[in-house]
Amino acid sequence: MTSAEQAGGSAVLQPRTGRRRSPRQRAQRVRVVSYALGAAVLAALVLVPDWPRIQRNFLDGGVFADQFPKIVTIAARNTVVYTVLSFTGGLVLGLTMALLRLSTIRPYRWFAAVYIEIFRGLPALLTISLIGFAIPIALGVGFPVVLGVETGGIIALSLVAGAYMAETIRAGIEAVPRGQMEAARSLGMPYGQAMRSIVIPQAFRIIIPPLTNELVLLLKDTALLSILGVTVTSKELTKFARDGVNQNFNGTPIVAAGLLYLAITIPLTRLVAQLEKRNRRSR
Amino acid sequence: MNVASAIDIIGLHKSFGPVQVLRGIDLSIAPAHVVCVIGASGSGKSTLLRCVNRLEEPTSGRILIDGLEITDPDCDVDGVRTRIGMVFQQFNLFGHLNVLRNVTIAQEKVLGRSRDEAVEAGMRVLERVGLAGRADEYPSRLSGGQQQRVAIARALAMDPDMMLFDEVTSALDPELVGEVLEVMRGLAEEGMTMMVVTHEMGFARRVADRVVFMDEGVVCEQGGPDQVLGDPAEERTRRFLQRVLEH
Repeated sequence: MTSAEQAGGSAVLQPRTGRRRSPRQRAQRVRVVSYALGAAVLAALVLVPDWPRIQRNFLDGGVFADQFPKIVTIAARNTVVYTVLSFTGGLVLGLTMALLRLSTIRPYRWFAAVYIEIFRGLPALLTISLIGFAIPIALGVGFPVVLGVETGGIIALSLVAGAYMAETIRAGIEAVPRGQMEAARSLGMPYGQAMRSIVIPQAFRIIIPPLTNELVLLLKDTALLSILGVTVTSKELTKFARDGVNQNFNGTPIVAAGLLYLAITIPLTRLVAQLEKRNRRSR
Repeated sequence: MNVASAIDIIGLHKSFGPVQVLRGIDLSIAPAHVVCVIGASGSGKSTLLRCVNRLEEPTSGRILIDGLEITDPDCDVDGVRTRIGMVFQQFNLFGHLNVLRNVTIAQEKVLGRSRDEAVEAGMRVLERVGLAGRADEYPSRLSGGQQQRVAIARALAMDPDMMLFDEVTSALDPELVGEVLEVMRGLAEEGMTMMVVTHEMGFARRVADRVVFMDEGVVCEQGGPDQVLGDPAEERTRRFLQRVLEH
């Protein structure tokens, strides 16, 4: 339909907005303008930077190759180990605190609330310094190093992760319909049994997405552990990359570390998404 | 104390904050009897039922199950609950477990039966509600009527002495009500002691040994179904039945 025909047709039904173009024509115009803008930005990105220089500084093949295999066997491995340890610690702490928070005994609830508020409120870096430096100095004892891992740092990260997870787990437990607990109790299950076999399994299905989020955040927070001072074998990815930059006066190690972080997180989140899809069928 | 009763409710009061929901209930149910509790929403009938296995904590009064005082603070409530099956309006099947596991988990964890014993008993009760063929399905794949039948099977698997039914057909589509009531009628005929909170007047008339009409937290009238439903003595019962049967 041309605009002339449309104008003729509108003798019957006058448009009240007084616009000359139809919605379809306006949409088309917006699309043309946005494509043009996008093309311009892309062209600028390609043409403006000094690509050879960027390649020298961030994608140096020799430096890149030099990072391997240690960036995997030491750095990435440590990042994963620190993450798994503090996630496990955080999960145990978080579940405990969530249950205390839901307790009928008031002091338990207060205790959990105070814990959550403190460790959720403090920056992770501060908590790591507090547990890793201040407490050993104050008490005159150091945390043992187990399997090349600074336990103080792991405890600190677990405390932080536990505070976040406690709230997530509590929300999950509260999202399970009350009737589930009642049905379990009516069959004679004691409270703890009903929690364990009926409520908590369903709560965890609900909170898989936020827990994955917490796992990824924790993976990145392991970078903070390097403030506790590290040995050659206890470096995780970020520390390893920063040291690599200093040694080579070149940014390539950062790119390598970045790729490795993504190589861990992307398959992980995909895997969890799959898991969730499978779970949904049994709900 | 009347040991001959399966359920004895004596002077039961229940308040939620300032709201008095039950205001002095006295009720006895003989073994193998079916008692239907009817009344308007808010009359306290569901609360009464939930007090019987102490899902609600009575404010005052006593409840005796086979002469055992369940309201006694020293009573092993979990133990008594294994003898009282309960079926809920919203089914409350365990969504993360398949049908068979729904009917076996409490047998194993509470009664201490072996997996084999539990599965055997579980299949038997599923058979009797006509759902043995769906044992491997998850509850969300079943219709409401089927879910409610599984819920009945789950309670029966514990070999209870008595059953409580809390408006078990109220959340069902009309065409699914019949299959659930059918299972309940079968249970009644076999001599199960049943306390049934319901809006199904036809079921009450046909199956109940006694009908209890509740209003504003008290038992207003009780008697045989023909008397209470057919020729009520109380004005309030008459008005309620008129409202229910008008439509």
